[in-house]
Amino acid sequence: MSRKQMPGVIGVFTAADLDDAFPAGLPMVWPITEDIKIPTHWPLTKDVIRFAGDAVAVVVAGSRAQAEDAAEEVAVRATELPVVLDLEEAAKDQVVLHEDLGTNVVVHWSHGGGGDQAIFESAPVVVQERHLQPRLIPNAIEGRGCLAYGIPAAGEFTLVSSTQIPHITRVGLSITTGIPQTKLRIIAPDVGGGFGSKLNIYAEEALALALARQLGRPVKWIEDRQENYLATTHGRGVIHDCTLAGTEDGKILGLKFVELADMGAYFQLLTPGIPELGGWVYMGPYDVDAYWYEFTGIMTNATPTDAYRGAGRPEATYVIERLVDAFARRIGKDPAQVRRMNLHPPHVDAQTSIMGLNVDSANYEPTFDRALELAEYDQMRKEQAARRESGDVRQIGIGLSSYIEMCGLAPSEILGALRYVAGGWDAAEIECRPFGKVVVRTGTSPHGQGHDTSWSQIVADGLGITPDDVEVLHGDTAVSRLGMDTYGSRSAAVGGEALRQAVEKVKEKARIIAAHELEVSEDDLEWADGAFRVRGAPDKARTIPDLATSAWQAHSLPQGVEPVLEGTAVYDPPNFTWPAGTHVCVVEVDTETGKTDVLRYVAVDDCGVVINPMIVEGQVQGGVAQGIAEALYEEAVYDGSGNLMTSSMTQYLIPSAMEIPDMILDRTETPSTTNALGVKGIAEAGTIASPPAVINAVVDAVSHLGVTEMGKPASPERVWRAIQEATKGSPGVSGGLDGATPAQQEGGAS
Amino acid sequence: MIPAPFDYARAGSVEEAISLLGSDPDAKVLAGGHSLLPAMRLRIARPSMLVDIGRIADLSYVREDGDRIAIGALTRHHDVANAEVLQQLCPIVAHAAGQIGDPQVRHMGTIGGSVAHGDPAGDLPSVLLALDAGFVAQGPTGTRTVAATGFFTSLFETALAPDEVLTEIRVPKATAGWSFMKFQRRAQDWAVVGVSAVRANGGVHVGLTNMGLTPLRAVGVEEAVGGGADPASAAARADEGTAPPDDAFGSAEYRRQLVKVLVRRALEEALP
Repeated sequence: MSRKQMPGVIGVFTAADLDDAFPAGLPMVWPITEDIKIPTHWPLTKDVIRFAGDAVAVVVAGSRAQAEDAAEEVAVRATELPVVLDLEEAAKDQVVLHEDLGTNVVVHWSHGGGGDQAIFESAPVVVQERHLQPRLIPNAIEGRGCLAYGIPAAGEFTLVSSTQIPHITRVGLSITTGIPQTKLRIIAPDVGGGFGSKLNIYAEEALALALARQLGRPVKWIEDRQENYLATTHGRGVIHDCTLAGTEDGKILGLKFVELADMGAYFQLLTPGIPELGGWVYMGPYDVDAYWYEFTGIMTNATPTDAYRGAGRPEATYVIERLVDAFARRIGKDPAQVRRMNLHPPHVDAQTSIMGLNVDSANYEPTFDRALELAEYDQMRKEQAARRESGDVRQIGIGLSSYIEMCGLAPSEILGALRYVAGGWDAAEIECRPFGKVVVRTGTSPHGQGHDTSWSQIVADGLGITPDDVEVLHGDTAVSRLGMDTYGSRSAAVGGEALRQAVEKVKEKARIIAAHELEVSEDDLEWADGAFRVRGAPDKARTIPDLATSAWQAHSLPQGVEPVLEGTAVYDPPNFTWPAGTHVCVVEVDTETGKTDVLRYVAVDDCGVVINPMIVEGQVQGGVAQGIAEALYEEAVYDGSGNLMTSSMTQYLIPSAMEIPDMILDRTETPSTTNALGVKGIAEAGTIASPPAVINAVVDAVSHLGVTEMGKPASPERVWRAIQEATKGSPGVSGGLDGATPAQQEGGAS
Repeated sequence: MIPAPFDYARAGSVEEAISLLGSDPDAKVLAGGHSLLPAMRLRIARPSMLVDIGRIADLSYVREDGDRIAIGALTRHHDVANAEVLQQLCPIVAHAAGQIGDPQVRHMGTIGGSVAHGDPAGDLPSVLLALDAGFVAQGPTGTRTVAATGFFTSLFETALAPDEVLTEIRVPKATAGWSFMKFQRRAQDWAVVGVSAVRANGGVHVGLTNMGLTPLRAVGVEEAVGGGADPASAAARADEGTAPPDDAFGSAEYRRQLVKVLVRRALEEALP
């Protein structure tokens, strides 16, 4: 049926039909090495379908139903090509995704190491393990979507998009579509979840803009869940070869990791940089003498990977913490004891770490001790011993995870050194309206983080007003001109600090006006109880709303002072921030079925100064839930032909509230030295800390049966197989299913 | 995620539904819609017409009927789970209905839909099979009762004719001992494997969920229990005659092991 005959169809377009629409492909902004090989990534593929999700045509119709009906009729004539999904197979280049690049091995980055590398061979104890971390699907419940419209005659276009990064998208899509930045407005309305999956610039956004321009009418695109699973970025997908060097009494001397990272079929915005983001935390919170990290990025016939909550740091923390447990088992020591004796000593000021960057502040022991106390660690160990003693079918395991993060992205100078295209600053504008209300324009782009609340608190605290009087505007490039958006636990540490500095600027100007009105010198004023007051005569005072009104009226301003009370700050952080913490997970494993239940989960985090405790708790709860999901449930699986088998929420297992336990949360507070607020960041801590805590607990529950290896996710079958493998040929060991259970019962009775 | 085009007709009575079904061989009955509509949204199911029987009020009931309990085909899972008659006289059915999906599913999905869909992973079919339930079907020429043992013919296929409507499910009273074991990854999931064990109709019957193309009876287990075997030895035969699927939720091998554990536990619970 021709396109004209299908009801409601406006047009069907392939890459050839849109040849003039895109002066450049989709942007990748982090060419992390000089010799990185970068494939061109067109919004519609021009030659080869490289992954399920690589679009070949777009249908525009009057309704979604009409478009789906027509899309079904689009016949694609294609020759089937071999695919490669396994990382090590792909590295052999027998199937090459991008002919022009000549290889799938597109990037290799080495941290360069620190300390004495010989230790990894000469240490008294050397633990070596390989760990696989499967691909994950980020699963914002609210999928992506966009609406492009414009005034073609004026060349002006607006893209309303479900994005975390309106400001960066304006720059990127301007390059891809050729629409000048001055004519392109990006609006990120209520975005819903992101988790890194909307920290990107996608083909559909570019297509919507190009089609709105070509057709002269608004074009809307909303993804469904299957499209989300196929074409929205995936996370993780890495293999680590890990080495821990240590001593018999439990001192960790060095940590070394060599990683293979699945890039997918193309680079998305930050793809090659994601492993590197983890590349600075492979020492964990431990005081080690030697450090090594390198990774190789490999193309495969699968959805491109990119940032997923934690971005590189969960991958790192997982392998470190698995390795520390393996080390403790090897030397026969309690994993808590081993961790505690290796924690980096506290420091109030920034201190250079073994990996070469400055950690802003640290005080890990109190956090660690509090986590063990809340978990009733000793009591749990006793319970575990009792169950082991009685040969209970349901065994208890206790897992720990101590972590350090690198947040507050990022000092622009370091980003430059790391070859990132943009800076890491952020901006805030405060406009004090007459008669009491204050408008804030922030460069951060919240999508569930509660910036409206926290930013109102910062401004209200600073200006002596109530949060209700503060209106926070964000997520629109025409409203908040300057910004670098929201990702990487950066918003409070960078955008929040920018806002605090803008508050100071407002107060500087307000003080001049107050002194003028109160007829005293500025030095005679002090800020007390929410107003500038004359020292010794506190009743003589001016509040910010008073001064905002007089600055707006401008009837009598001091000489040289411009009307209107406002302040703008653009802040470039001098350092990253380094949150840390310890999580403890207690699980019960049914040794006959392999099923794991989380009995208790304790998270003690140190994210520096807290602006809003409820928001911090919410971040930890959500993050831990996602991490438990990663540990026990989620895994993106492809078949041999490159079809995504886990293509709906029926097969891709996102746990519900029924599977996620109540959590016991607490905090310690070690202020950051990077910013004056003292904040470090909390949005990714839960997903960074929890997967190894859970898996360590699962292994711990069955380690007495001989289980030491355990993949992610620890599905019932995987756990059952591990028990089977470990107990093979050992009759009477709890856990055997096939006829072993009655035998064991008889054995127990004899 | 939008179904292919289809016609829709709402039936005011069973007779009208039968006549509508007779008018279009590709028509499908819509009850709660919780299996059919997702399949249509994925365009796996493409019926030309939906015959909506959801508003036929007199097909929703649970009542004692002699030595049986009669359940109207349109009774929602939530109402089955909360029916006092079932809780007292055939508790395994009420309990199993309460384990289906999540509260939303239980408030929309119906027992008749669950049976007529013939999904081997459904919770209720294997319970009804273990109970030797009777399924009352009404067609153009009248009404017949099909025994559960002959009802489930293959994957998503049943003994219902295209123009027949399932109207009632009849179960025996069974209070002597029972167990329902559903092993699932998430609370709202289908069973990876499910086991129902119940003392009914003068014997101990065991139904298996998701162990083959249809809901199954664990014949070997029933035989062993009948011969006096203890739960553990009887359970060792739990996978006899099964053909479990191999999918993301578990390999066939794993399911064969799992069913033995669950049957043993179910027998221990049902036959104290």
